[in-house]
Formats: sequence, structure tokens, C-alpha cells
Amino acid sequence: MIRFEHVCRRYPPNGVALDDLSFAVAPGELVLVSGHSGAGKTTLLKLIAAIERPSAGAVLVGGQDVGHLRRAAIPFLRRNLGLVFQDQKLLFDRNVFENIMLPLSIAGFPPKEAVGRVRAALDKVGLLDREKALPVALSGGEQQRLAIARAVVSRPGILLADEPTAHLDPDTAGEVATIFRDFHQVGVTVLVATCNDTLFAPFAPRRLVLDHGKLKP
Amino acid sequence: MNAWLAQHGRALAWALSRLAAAPVNTLLSLLAVGIALALPAGGQMLLGNALQIARNANAEPQISLFLSLDADGKAVDKIATRLKSNPQVKELRYVPRSEALKRFQAREGLAELLAVLPSNPFPDAFVVTPLDASPTAMDALRDEFRHWPKVEHVQLDSAWIRRLDALLRLGRTSVAVLAALLGLGLVAITFTTIRLQVISQRAEIELSRLLGATDAFICRPFYYFGALQGLLGGAVAWLIVLAVTLALRGPVAELAALYHASAALQPLGVPDSLFLLAFSAGLGWLGAALSLGRHLRKPV
Repeated sequence: MIRFEHVCRRYPPNGVALDDLSFAVAPGELVLVSGHSGAGKTTLLKLIAAIERPSAGAVLVGGQDVGHLRRAAIPFLRRNLGLVFQDQKLLFDRNVFENIMLPLSIAGFPPKEAVGRVRAALDKVGLLDREKALPVALSGGEQQRLAIARAVVSRPGILLADEPTAHLDPDTAGEVATIFRDFHQVGVTVLVATCNDTLFAPFAPRRLVLDHGKLKP
Repeated sequence: MNAWLAQHGRALAWALSRLAAAPVNTLLSLLAVGIALALPAGGQMLLGNALQIARNANAEPQISLFLSLDADGKAVDKIATRLKSNPQVKELRYVPRSEALKRFQAREGLAELLAVLPSNPFPDAFVVTPLDASPTAMDALRDEFRHWPKVEHVQLDSAWIRRLDALLRLGRTSVAVLAALLGLGLVAITFTTIRLQVISQRAEIELSRLLGATDAFICRPFYYFGALQGLLGGAVAWLIVLAVTLALRGPVAELAALYHASAALQPLGVPDSLFLLAFSAGLGWLGAALSLGRHLRKPV
């Protein structure tokens, strides 16, 4: 489903975020991407979502070389991905319901179906009773669950999460981790970039460890 | 199709909500656009009225055909028949040479002068009112009549038409230049407004891109915003022109009465009004397109 072939990502003048990375993720797999801060975890996820392009090598998603996608084709790739961002990127002038509705509006879902999907996603992350709340009124854990609900509402085949448990207390982080396990169990391919790999270790048999842009054996 | 319509509906609703969200700013922008467009629109209204007054002035241009002095009754009848059968001739009046002589004899000082002449110096003449009074059509008719047998001279009574035509052309050009310049102003206002909207919506735009929004999805609400601002500005301009028309109607009628004429100032007609609204909406759309091209083209 996801394949990296000798992928490099360099930043001028001499920065190297990823160096000759090759690996594959099978459909339905849950993979942890771990490593120290600055190891290249976020860059790896950004390459899959075509937020950045590789300096060399090929990034294949569903057989498609996303590093060479036309600009106009990138939105359609992203609609099949669920993205949980490190900084969450919530819209603070919209309530919980409207935040989750955004990907469905973008994808052009019929309103009735979209409402049903938003409620289902809210239910899944335990925020059904907070749909009218503004994000600022939510706790850190609730905001993170809101970000996850927005990522999964369009039922993507691949879920990419960048440090989803950062800044959360251990109990809340554990709750968030189980949400990813649940999606994995229903067949979603999940890549979680995290420094806290012990939290996910019980659910994720496979780990990709990055060290200064290289995969550790 | 439903999803497409729904997305357009949402974009329109967003644009309306943004206009309503800052009523004072919106009102000031609409006034600026409206006043800018009211100047050429008012000019167009005045031109239309000037044209109408000129048409009602009861001074239709005429062409006079003077026959040669040796033209007999037969020749006169022949020319009369040709003129009557010409589709470009609206009205026709025959002035026999005897009548012309009588008219001049009736004028003070001319009777004595005419009396010393051995014979009537005036030719038979026809006075033609053409169907199409435009200078081009008049010129064409003159050239045609000039080549008829027994027609000695053709005189075009259209100097005033030419002057009016030149004045109207000058007026139209001035209105067009004014419309172009102030239309640029409208584009600039929309450009700036959309730029501010883009800046205030930057986080949402960036997120939407990351979630799979196409350029069309992101730009559509701003296009609607620009077009709506232009359209409403056009409507304000139309109202200003209407108010000016109503305010000037009385004084113009009084002025016309002093010249023994009647003139009621008319507001912009339906075609001009529709053009004004479409023009202003189009310029708003253009301003939005230029602004989006400048501020939304970097990839995320």
C-alpha cells in the first residue's frame, strides 16, 4: 500500500531530513514510526501526503508515485488519507461538528450522509455530546480526539498521525492510542509517528526507527 | 450535480455571511464602488436623455434636390416617381420654381432685386426627409440623387446632425474612458478586500488544502464574494443615478419649458441597468481572480 524506494529529502544548503529510505507498509498494517526529535518522522508522513516532494527516490501510495503527482491530482490523493497533525490544526471559530464536517464538505458529500458520518465519527471518539462546543472549550485530550475524528470521518484507507499523544497526560494518551488500535482492527492502514513508542507498542508489532533520517536496522 | 450545486450554494452562503459579518466595512466598500460606478452610469443616463431630446427636437434633417432650369414637367414627374418608390425616403415635398419665386419676393428687399431679372432664376426643387437620418445614410442618399438626370444640385441639411453626432461620440468616449478608469478602481477595491479575506482565512485555507480541497473549492467563495460586492456596488450606483435623475427632473423640465420644449429626464433603461449590474459583478469577479492569483498560488 505504501512503498518508499531509496527516498531522500534534502533541504538547501546542506540539511538532510531523510536519507535513502526504503520500506513498505502492507494494507491494514499498523506501523509505528519512532525516533528522536528531528529524526525525520514528520517529513516521512509529509512525503506520503504529498505535502513535500522527495529530493530523490519514489514514494508510492496505492501504486501511485505521489512524488511526481500533478498539482491538480494532489487533493484527490489527500481525500483518501486521514491526517492527524502534530499541531492539530483545529478551526477555533467553528464548533466540533463543523470542524469534523470540513473534509466531507471538501469531498462533496451529500449533506444528509455527511451529517450521519460526522455523528458516527463523534461517537467513535466519544465526543457525541460535545458537538456544539467550540474547540477552545475542550480539554487537550478532547481536542486530540476531535482531530482524530476529523481525520477518519471520510473513512480513509490510510491514517497518518504525527505525535498524536504529545502534550497529553498518560491516561488520556492511552485512550487516544486505543482509538488508533480500533481503526487498525477494522482494516485501516495506520502510520503513527511518535516519540512515545512504548504507549503504542502493545498494538503495533512493527516499528520503523529513524535516526538522523536513516532507518535503523 | 447535487453535490456541485451544494458546493456552490455553500460558497454563496459563505460570501453572504462574510459581507454580513462586517456591515460597516461592507457598507463603506459598497459606497466606494457605487460612487465610482455612478459617474459613468450617470454619464450614460445623461447621454441617453440628450439623444432622446435631440430626437424629439422636431428638426429632422432634410435633403434638397434642385433640378436644372431646363427640366420640364415630364422630368419633374419622373423624379417624383423615383423618389416615391425609394424605400429610404420617408417624406417628400415638391417646391415648384414659381412657389420659390413667390417666397423670395415676399422677403423684404428681395422683390426689387428679383424684378430686374429677365426670368425666374429659381429651379424646381424637392425636399426629401430620409428614413435614416444618420450622417452615413444621408451621404449615401445624396450621392445617389446626385447622379439622377436633370438633378443639378443636391444639398444636405445635416450640419447640425453632424455636430450632434460628434458631441454624442465625444460623450460616449468620455463615458467609456470614465467607466474604464473607475472600473479599475472597483477591481482594486475588490483586490484589496479579497486579500484581507485571504489573510484572515489563511489557517482554514491551509487546512482545507491539507484535507484535499482543490483550488476551485478554495477560490469559489472568494469569487462569489468579489462578484457579490461588485453586484451590490452596481446596485448602489444604480440607486444613486436614480436619485440624481429624480432630483434633476424638475429643473430640467423648467429649463426645457423656457425653450418651448418638453423634456422629462429618464432614469437608466432596462438594458443599461442590466449592463451596469453585469459589468460591476464581472469587475468584482475579476478583482477576486487577480487577488487569488496573487495570494493563493503557492502549493501546500
